[in-house]
Amino acid sequence: MIENRPLLKIFSHIILILGVIMVAFPLWVTFVASTHDATRMTELPLPLLPGSHFFENLDRVLFVGLYGGDASGMGYMLLNSTIMALMIAIGKIIISLLSAFAIVYFRFPFRMFFFWMIFLTLMLPVEVRILPTFEVVANLGMLDTYWGLTVPLIASATATFMFRQVFLTIPDEMLEAARIDGAGPLRFFKDILLPMSRTNIAALFVILFIYGWNQYLWPLLVTTDQSMYTVVMQIGNMLEAGEEAPQWHLIMMITLLAIIPPVLVVVAMQKLFVQGLTETEK
Amino acid sequence: MASVTLENLQKTYPNGFKAIHGVDVDIQDGEFLVLVGPSGCGKSTLLRMIAGLETITDGSLSIGGKAVNDLEPSKRDIAMVFQNYALYPHMTVYNNMAYGLKIMGLSKDEIDQRVKNAASILELTDEQLSRKPRQLSGGQRQRVAMGRAIVRKPSVFLFDEPLSNLDAKLRVQMRVEIKQLQESLGITSVYVTHDQVEAMTLGHRLMVLNAGNVEQLGTPLELYEKPASLFVAGFIGSPAMNILDATVAEDGKSVVIGTDTVLPVGANGVEGFDGKPVKLGIRPEHLEITPGAEGALPLTVTLVEHLGADTLLHGHFGNDKTDLTLRQSGTHLAKAGEVLPITITPNHIHLFDPETEKRIDF
Repeated sequence: MIENRPLLKIFSHIILILGVIMVAFPLWVTFVASTHDATRMTELPLPLLPGSHFFENLDRVLFVGLYGGDASGMGYMLLNSTIMALMIAIGKIIISLLSAFAIVYFRFPFRMFFFWMIFLTLMLPVEVRILPTFEVVANLGMLDTYWGLTVPLIASATATFMFRQVFLTIPDEMLEAARIDGAGPLRFFKDILLPMSRTNIAALFVILFIYGWNQYLWPLLVTTDQSMYTVVMQIGNMLEAGEEAPQWHLIMMITLLAIIPPVLVVVAMQKLFVQGLTETEK
Repeated sequence: MASVTLENLQKTYPNGFKAIHGVDVDIQDGEFLVLVGPSGCGKSTLLRMIAGLETITDGSLSIGGKAVNDLEPSKRDIAMVFQNYALYPHMTVYNNMAYGLKIMGLSKDEIDQRVKNAASILELTDEQLSRKPRQLSGGQRQRVAMGRAIVRKPSVFLFDEPLSNLDAKLRVQMRVEIKQLQESLGITSVYVTHDQVEAMTLGHRLMVLNAGNVEQLGTPLELYEKPASLFVAGFIGSPAMNILDATVAEDGKSVVIGTDTVLPVGANGVEGFDGKPVKLGIRPEHLEITPGAEGALPLTVTLVEHLGADTLLHGHFGNDKTDLTLRQSGTHLAKAGEVLPITITPNHIHLFDPETEKRIDF
């Protein structure tokens, strides 16, 4: 902005600070709640300053479990979630890179037909086709497996479109130069297209990792074995803990744990993420 | 080294548009052929057909005596320099040049030697070799694109308007470099441009294309001195040739401009056009200001352009509204509105049939 008006500056800062508070306050409450014991969390008013039970709660959530008996720690759920999110993100990227490559660079019969078929799947998210998809996955014997958790979520029209757009911005001469250099289609894909869409792949990875991590409905449906539960499902499960009151300090602890991996991914890939979504220089 | 032979080469696009209507040319070993024409005339298409980037609908193409119609570009023993350079942005300059050689399966030493050799020909430093293309200036990128062509040691170089992305000064400099490079390497080259100055200075022979047809093929001076059609006459030479309406006298020995300017034609006159209208072409540099000469035409000057070494006078003859250009060497202090006496030198005129637009020889 070229304008330099002190009042405007103060005003915009107030708006920004309010925005930060609105986003950060629930996170703070989550953190505070995870540091108190069960009794404190049932008393009013709710605490706004951290307590002293953080490591105790952490240990309980990760290694001990909620109730005695058959309970176990929930650390493995973080691993499940990570594997599921990674498989979904990487699988989606590979499939959509290849289909975008096919659509942009090959002239095959019914090319536009397939293009529109992919387009149509935008209208069919998992929630819409959940029963038939479940049937298919069940018949394939993929219930309670990582494949069952991820395969139905891997096909992605959005990512295919994004890569299609990326490939369309790469000048045709690049392909022609590669043809004169003697590069075949796959070599061109590997040596030229992949490196040139590196930042877009990174940006998409961040988005898709979070998408995969946040999956709730589908994992709830295809997993019955507790060892396949994901951490997001578990948050839901803990809220419906039968007759007992919800154990807010533990729920908040596991919520906190569930927030961390996506944050790490975003922070680690922030630079590539921004480049991938904004950079147009080819 | 190889000759390139095009026989009745044709291109029809799937939508029925005919881009190339049969081109015949025999490009000699070591020759520099320039394809020139306005945008959309098919010159780039023709070049891309030679490269193998466009399919050939009909006719035959052979490089070094071997038919290559159905060969992949990489198998045709050619190298191409693109208008926008088409350098791989994520690779260093060195790798850009080495990429094709790696695919060829050459040894590391051989690749290194070829790249270093090309770099020294093109005066690229080691430091520049390790940079990415976007860190280079336009002229340097152009050099890298040529380096990528040189390292392949091809039989034929193909240039697709390689200088049109450069600024005017650099364009002149690179033009000279391309010419020298082609002469020292002696590699057969086909060069596409829409710039007639580039075409005239670079080519051993020029092929003027118009709407997919070959208008004329010949050396630069042949095209300048004996343009085969009105199109070539207007395209070659800058500023363009002046075209006037004229009539051939009844005896065929002279042409008449307007009513009373009579110019004798050749030694024996024109045949077959007695009393008929023709188009008369005269280059701006062949119009002379001749004060007091008999039969001089009055040129009303409308605009004066000073180029330093030359002066361009724009104007028209009397009531005839056809715009004319006159080139005078040196500075000429004529002003707009002045009327100058102009003489047309008879042995520099060109005549064209107004129906077919072809040259009338005399």
